[in-house]
Amino acid sequence: MADIEELVRLLKELEEELVHCTRCGMCQAVCPLYGATGRETDVARGKIVLVENLSKEILDDPEAVKQRLDRCLLCGSCEAACPGGVPIMDIFLKARAIITGYLGLSPVKKAIFRGLLSNPDRFDKLLKWMARLQGPFSRQVSETLGSSCARFMSPVIGDRHFMPIASEAWHKKGHRQFLRPRDPGLRVVFYPGCLVDRIFPRVAEAVMKVLDFHEVDVFAADRVPCCGIPALSAGDRQSFEKLVRQNMDILDSLDFDYLVTPCATCTATIRKFWPAMIEAGAGGLTGEIQEKVLAASEKTRDINELLVDVLGVQAPAAPASGAKSLTYHDPCHLKKSLGISRQPRTVLAAAGDVNFAEMREPDRCCGMGGSFNLQHYGLSDKIGQKKLAAILETGADTVATGCPACMLQLTDLLSRGGHALAVKHPVEVYAEALQQRPGLQKPVDAQKPGNTDYDKATETYR
Amino acid sequence: MNKKLVCEFENLVGRENVMAEQADRQAYSYDSAVLEPVVPALVVRPETSAQLGKTVRLCNENGLPLTVRGAGTNLSGGTIPAAPNAVVVTTNGLSGIIEINSEDMYAVVEPGVITAQFAAAVAAKGLFYPPDPGSQTVSTLGGNVAENAGGLRGLKYGVTKDYVMGIEFFDVNGELVKSGSKTVKCATGFNLSDLMVGSEGLLGVFSRIIFKLIPPPKDSRAMMAVFDSVEKASETVSAIIAEQIVPCTLEFLDNFTIRTVEDFRHAGLPTDAGALLLIEVDGHPAGVEDDAEKIRKICEQKGAGKIQRAGSAAEKDLIWQARRDALPALARLKPTTVLEDATVPRSRIPEMVKKIRDIGEKYHIDIGTFGHAGDGNLHPTILTDKRDKDEFARVEQAIDEIFEAALAMGGTLSGEHGIGLAKRKYLEGETSRGTIRYSRRLKETFDPVNILNPGKVIGD
Repeated sequence: MADIEELVRLLKELEEELVHCTRCGMCQAVCPLYGATGRETDVARGKIVLVENLSKEILDDPEAVKQRLDRCLLCGSCEAACPGGVPIMDIFLKARAIITGYLGLSPVKKAIFRGLLSNPDRFDKLLKWMARLQGPFSRQVSETLGSSCARFMSPVIGDRHFMPIASEAWHKKGHRQFLRPRDPGLRVVFYPGCLVDRIFPRVAEAVMKVLDFHEVDVFAADRVPCCGIPALSAGDRQSFEKLVRQNMDILDSLDFDYLVTPCATCTATIRKFWPAMIEAGAGGLTGEIQEKVLAASEKTRDINELLVDVLGVQAPAAPASGAKSLTYHDPCHLKKSLGISRQPRTVLAAAGDVNFAEMREPDRCCGMGGSFNLQHYGLSDKIGQKKLAAILETGADTVATGCPACMLQLTDLLSRGGHALAVKHPVEVYAEALQQRPGLQKPVDAQKPGNTDYDKATETYR
Repeated sequence: MNKKLVCEFENLVGRENVMAEQADRQAYSYDSAVLEPVVPALVVRPETSAQLGKTVRLCNENGLPLTVRGAGTNLSGGTIPAAPNAVVVTTNGLSGIIEINSEDMYAVVEPGVITAQFAAAVAAKGLFYPPDPGSQTVSTLGGNVAENAGGLRGLKYGVTKDYVMGIEFFDVNGELVKSGSKTVKCATGFNLSDLMVGSEGLLGVFSRIIFKLIPPPKDSRAMMAVFDSVEKASETVSAIIAEQIVPCTLEFLDNFTIRTVEDFRHAGLPTDAGALLLIEVDGHPAGVEDDAEKIRKICEQKGAGKIQRAGSAAEKDLIWQARRDALPALARLKPTTVLEDATVPRSRIPEMVKKIRDIGEKYHIDIGTFGHAGDGNLHPTILTDKRDKDEFARVEQAIDEIFEAALAMGGTLSGEHGIGLAKRKYLEGETSRGTIRYSRRLKETFDPVNILNPGKVIGD
C-alpha cells in the first residue's frame, strides 16, 4: 500500500473509536511518558488528535505521526483511566499497523520480525548462539539479581544491566504431553512466552512445580512461537498474523480447559489484541480460524488468576511473621489491561512467612514497554527511576512482579543502582514456599469453566 | 514562522523546548472546549522564570499573540491559540513548589504545579488547600488562578480567588510585577493580584503565586439522600443553609444523571429518584456529628425517601463514587459532551433544573444535570455528536437559552469555567456595553500591541 488515499480510507475506519475522545486531558495524570517529558504528543489525547488529523488530511505527514505514535509504552494507563472509555490501545495498534502498511517496515524491523520472530527454529538457533557468546563479552555484576553488564562498550547494550540468555530455551527440555484421561481434573496448556522461555526459565520451572502440586494436567509444546506483540506494536500485521497462526497450529489439536501464561504481556495480547485484530477485519485471519482464535483467547489466564480464581489458592488468616519482606509491582498489562491486581497479592500471601509492604503507586509503569526500552532507553530509565525510588522506600528484600518484561526492567534499575534486592515472579515465591513447607494446604475444589464462580472471576474483563 | 525568529526562541529556552514541526503544533491547537481548533505557529516551553519573561518580551517585540497553556483542560476555549500566528507558552516546565510554610500557613509555587499534587504536598505538611476543580489531577495552579477555578468545596471553603495572597507576573515587556504578600494583611500598592485572578491570560503571564493554606478539618461525615423530586431536594438545600449549617460539599444529581450513572456502575442507585443529594459536613468531631444529625432530620422532614449515612471510609467513598461517575458516565453516551457551568442563586435551582429540562425537550437533545447545589453552580451536560450538523445547531440554540435563563434568574454565565471564546457573546448580556469598553481600555493600557490571548473574554 503506497497510496495516500488508501491510508486515509483505512484511518477513517477508526473514526467511530476516535470520535469519543472529548479532549478532557485526564490521560495526562496517568501517562508515565508524559510525566517524564510534558509533551502533548507523548500523551494519548495528542496522539489521538494526530491520527484524526491524518485521517482528515489536515496533516499530511504520516512519517511524523508514526514517530510520535511509536513514542509510547503501550502500558494502557490512559485507557484504564479514560473517562470517556475510548479504546486507546486498539486505536494505537491499528493506527500503527495502517501507517506502517503505508510507509513500509524499516529494513531492520523486517529482518527481525519476518526473518527471525516468525521462524521460531531460526530464532532459537540464534539465541543459543548468542547465549554462548555472552560469557566472553559480559560479566556478572549482581549475585542476588543474576544480572550482567557489557565488558566492553557496546552500542546495543549500552549501560544496561541485563539478564543473560539461557543456554537453552526452557521448552527444549520442558515440553510435555497431557498425562491423564480427559476427565475429571483440570487440563492446562502452559505457554511460557519468549522471555520466560529464554531469559527466565526458572519461572517456567516454578509454574510446573506449582501446577504439579495442584494436580493439574499440563501440556507444554516443544516450540514456543511468539504471541506477536512485538510485531503488532511495530505495526507489522503480517508477522503478527503469521505468529498467531503458528500458535493456533499447536492449540488446534488440543483438548484443554485453560491456556496459562506467567507473562502479563502475553496474557493481555492473547486475551485482548488477538480478538481485537480479528474483529478489525481486513487482515489475513479470516474464516474458520477466527472462531478458534476467539475460543483460545477466552480460555487464556494469567498464572496468578488461575491459582486464585480457578484453583482456589487463598491467603492464610494469620498475618505473616517472617523476617523477610516483599513488595509487589503491578504490571500494566495485568492490572490496567485485565484488572488483575488482587490475585498476585493473594498468591504472595499464600506463600506465607513474608511481610508484605505495599509500595507507593504500585501500578505506576516501570518504563519497560517492550521495544520502547530498546528505542528510548533514556526515557525508559527516567520513568524507571521513579519506580526504583518507590521500591526502595518499602525496605523490602524482594520485589515481585507478574511480568518477565517488568522483571528485566526492575533488574536493570536495581543492578545499576547497586541494590541487592531479588526480583521474582509471584509464582516463584509460591513455589519456593511449597518446597520449604511441604505441609502447605491445597484447596480441593478446582473449578472448571462454565460454573457461576468462574463467570464472576472473569467479570473484570467485560 | 520564519527560521530566524524560531532560532531566537531556541536561543532563549533551548532547542528541545521549542516545537515548530507541524505535527507537534497541531497537538496544541485545542483544549477541552467543544470549539474549532487553531494551530499555533510555535510552541515554547520555558523552564525558568527568566526564560518565561524573555519569551513574553520576544513575542511582544514581534507582535505575536501569546496564549499560555497549563494542562489544556479549559472548558471555554481559553487555551485555544488566539490566532494562527500565535505562540503557545506551556507552563509544565515551571512546576516547582518553592515553599510550603507551616508556621505562617502559606505556599509559594510556580504556575505549572499540578493542583492535586500541590494539595497532596500541602496535606503531607498537615495543612489544607481546599479548591478542588474536577480536573485537579491534571490542571495547573496557574490555570486555576487564571480561570478562578472552583470545585466541590466552594460553598464552605470558597474558590481559588479566596486562597491567592500574591502573584508575581510578567508584563508584555517581560518586566516582573510583584503584588500581594506572604502576610495575612497587606495594604501595599494596588491590589493587582486580585485583578490577575480570573484574567484568563489577558493581562499578564504568571511567574509565581503565593497561596493561603488553612488547617484541615479534624473529622467529616457523608450521606446520600434520595428525593422523588428536584423541588424537595432543593427545599432541603435551602433548609440546611437556613439552619446555619454549611456543608463542605452539597452535590446534586438529576434523574437523567442518576440513571446514566447506575447503568455505568451498577452500584444500586435508585433509578426512579427525581434527585439525589450528596452531602458532607466537616469540622470538629462533636460539631460534625451534631450537624450530620440535624441534616438527617431536615432531609426527613423535607420528604427524603431514603437517607444513607456513610459509616466507614469505604462507604463514604462509595457515596462519592456516584458523583465522580457523573461526568464519565454521561460522556460515554454520545461522542460529544458539552459541559456548561451556568450558575443561579441557589434558591432558584428547582426553577433552573426545570428550565433546562424544558429546553432539552424543546430542542430534542439529551441533557444530564448535576452539580454544586450548595452554591447554585449547575453543570447541564449536553450529550450530542458534533458531526450531526442539524442536532449540533439545536445544541447551540439550547445553550443560548440556558444562559439566557440563568441571567434572567439573577445568575451568572460562568461559575468556574471562565468566559474564554465560548461565552464572550453573552458577556454584554450579564454586564453592560460600558463594562466591555472599560475592560478593553484596561487591556490596551497593559498590553498596547494586544498580544496577550487576544480575542478572548472581551473580544477585540
